[in-house]
Amino acid sequence: MNRAHIWLVAFLLAAWGFAASAAPAAGARISGGQFDPVLPPAPNVKTTVVAPYRLDVALVSNADFAVFVRKHPEWRRDRVAGLFADEGYLRHWASDAGPGPAIARQPVTQVSWFAASAYCEARGARLPRWYEWEFAAAASATQPDARDDPVWRQDILDWYSKSARGGLPAVGASPANYFGIRDLHGVVWEWVEDAGAMLVSDDSREQGDPNRNRFCGSGALSLEQKENYAMMMRIAMLSSMKASYSSNSMGFRCASDAGTGP
Amino acid sequence: MTKNTIAMLMAAALLLTACGKSEQAAPVTTVAGTGGSRQGDFGPPQGEPVNAILTSPPNVPPATNRKAPAKVIVELEVVEVEKPISEGVTYTFWTFGGTVPGSFIRVRQGDTVEFHLKNHPNSKMPHNIDLHGVTGPGGGAASSFTAPGHASQFTFKALNQGLYVYHCATAPVGMHVANGMYGLILVEPPEGLPPVDQEFYVMQGDFYTVGKYREKGHQAFDMQKAIDENPTYVLFNGAESALTGPQALKTKTNQHVRMFVGNGGPNLVSSFHLIGEIFDKVQYEGGTHFQENVQTTLIPAGGAVTVEFHTEVPGNYVLVDHSIFRAFNKGALAILEVSGDARAEIYSGKQGDEVYYSDKLSDAAPVTTAAQSSASGTLTKEQQIKAGEILFKGTCSACHQETGAGIPNVFPPLAKSDFLLADRKRAIGIALNGLTGPVNVNGVHYNSVMPPMSQLNDDEIANILTFALNSWGNDGGVVSAKEVTQVRATTKRTEGAAH
Repeated sequence: MNRAHIWLVAFLLAAWGFAASAAPAAGARISGGQFDPVLPPAPNVKTTVVAPYRLDVALVSNADFAVFVRKHPEWRRDRVAGLFADEGYLRHWASDAGPGPAIARQPVTQVSWFAASAYCEARGARLPRWYEWEFAAAASATQPDARDDPVWRQDILDWYSKSARGGLPAVGASPANYFGIRDLHGVVWEWVEDAGAMLVSDDSREQGDPNRNRFCGSGALSLEQKENYAMMMRIAMLSSMKASYSSNSMGFRCASDAGTGP
Repeated sequence: MTKNTIAMLMAAALLLTACGKSEQAAPVTTVAGTGGSRQGDFGPPQGEPVNAILTSPPNVPPATNRKAPAKVIVELEVVEVEKPISEGVTYTFWTFGGTVPGSFIRVRQGDTVEFHLKNHPNSKMPHNIDLHGVTGPGGGAASSFTAPGHASQFTFKALNQGLYVYHCATAPVGMHVANGMYGLILVEPPEGLPPVDQEFYVMQGDFYTVGKYREKGHQAFDMQKAIDENPTYVLFNGAESALTGPQALKTKTNQHVRMFVGNGGPNLVSSFHLIGEIFDKVQYEGGTHFQENVQTTLIPAGGAVTVEFHTEVPGNYVLVDHSIFRAFNKGALAILEVSGDARAEIYSGKQGDEVYYSDKLSDAAPVTTAAQSSASGTLTKEQQIKAGEILFKGTCSACHQETGAGIPNVFPPLAKSDFLLADRKRAIGIALNGLTGPVNVNGVHYNSVMPPMSQLNDDEIANILTFALNSWGNDGGVVSAKEVTQVRATTKRTEGAAH
């Protein structure tokens, strides 16, 4: 590699801005494919096709998010517009500017959907779509789709049997799954790009309600795979959250279209 | 004349008429009742809004004592807590108000209830509430769906009186209920409930853990067991110790007791029974009409019952699910302690116990012979040993073994026992009163429990001890009934002890 090349790389890194320094590598490429999600895409349709995408290997940490907030002070907790974040927004941080060292490596929580989206956008990325998230999260360490493995399912459910009061682990601390992605289970809930479109009824028992087509037929559908309780809880959690809400167990990671990349 | 009586007379008149003119279509009649929701709206709330008093189980809020419909504000907090489910076993419960079952809510029919559901910021889950006492879709579930760190509000008018279950209805509903998210709301009739001396709040639930019953440590929820309806625990008020030992329900004799008993499920139907009492009144499903003199009453999952009884005899009474393996193998036990003076004319306590032989009548001959000889003053040592051998086999050998060798480290030996042979009077005392705690026998440490054998008479104890003193290489000696009588007179025994 000659000197000119090195300079070019340095220049590109600088142009990339904070993202190169704050965010982990562009994420793992997942080729997608046919997939039967918990929430069916349309009445009487069970299968969807997930296009190739990239997904962050780890969750966004408090330190990552602090870098973003420095560049975009309109997302500081003392300056954020009330429309975009509720009172809990970054409330656990040591100061308006940053989280403090104790929780720097922990996944950022207490962020609204708006803030999470802005973060990913600033990185030239976006939040993963629900089907992308579910596709990646269906994998165990050895299988791309482990959803029928009762042992794996129970491992996931065990997280719900622990209270949310303990501290969070550092981002990326859990083992990588089949796709090389970490932290999908057992750490926090995660925002998805289409969280607001998950129009499951607020009363989950209305499955098969004659009014189910009231949301243009695309939402309010019966949940498939009723034994996949871990996913149902994700959906319940996401559907309880408005885009301005924050929670101390809701974090996020970013994704992007894989397009023509390797 | 009451409305009900008039309605009954009218119905009777119509029946008589119908007999005569059977070809005519019978007119539509209404069964006398409280009128249900159509008679439950007493108009807009009056006076200042009232803050509902919520109580943790087993306590029940005081009667509302209101004569007019009020606006009642209920503030209920959902909190996920780690608590013991059994000794040395913890579980993460999801609760309404920090307890299982959740806080008891008491309102009056016709009240307008402004309900605030708060979900603690440390909750992992969104939650909601479906109150069976609500008239409206979902029982409030959709209107109360609440993310962690948020609070929801909805308002309903309590149109139907009765005792109702409330529970969380967030997906997965079964899991939220299995984790303890249920409680009771009482909608009093407009005139209130008849006063009683004491009210209790008890609720049954079934729990599903990955580990076995009483397996130590923190236990996670087991989805497969829940789907299979195979609970690890069946409990009253959410823990094995919730209503036992120091936490037992306490009352006195001569009390009129009312229990509001619910069943949260999620799966099992309860065969609710109170050992040693008969329910004078049972209002199935917390409904308006009652049945009398009920032994065991069914409480469906998601249902409730009001039982009333009167305490006469002191002692411990045991609440069980009479689907009885649940009581003794899964924890469905609670204790009601009744204190007061004994009422021997109602219940005597144990009045006697004698050895009973059925098909082995001939074997019992030496016992009879010894008893006769003792009465006539001609009892010999040999007669005592023969009788004692039979009695020993029936009473003592299960632990001390027919060889007198005991069981190593568990039950001490009697054969060549330094402890037995050292003090005859002590041996008599132990046979009569039992022995609990550490002893040293032939240099080995034992710490077990021997129950009192006070059901045996003085002759029998004397014979058993004489047999023991002259068997398995022991060096002889005789214990007389007179000695036993003396010891019995000078030591205190547990009443009715048996084993």
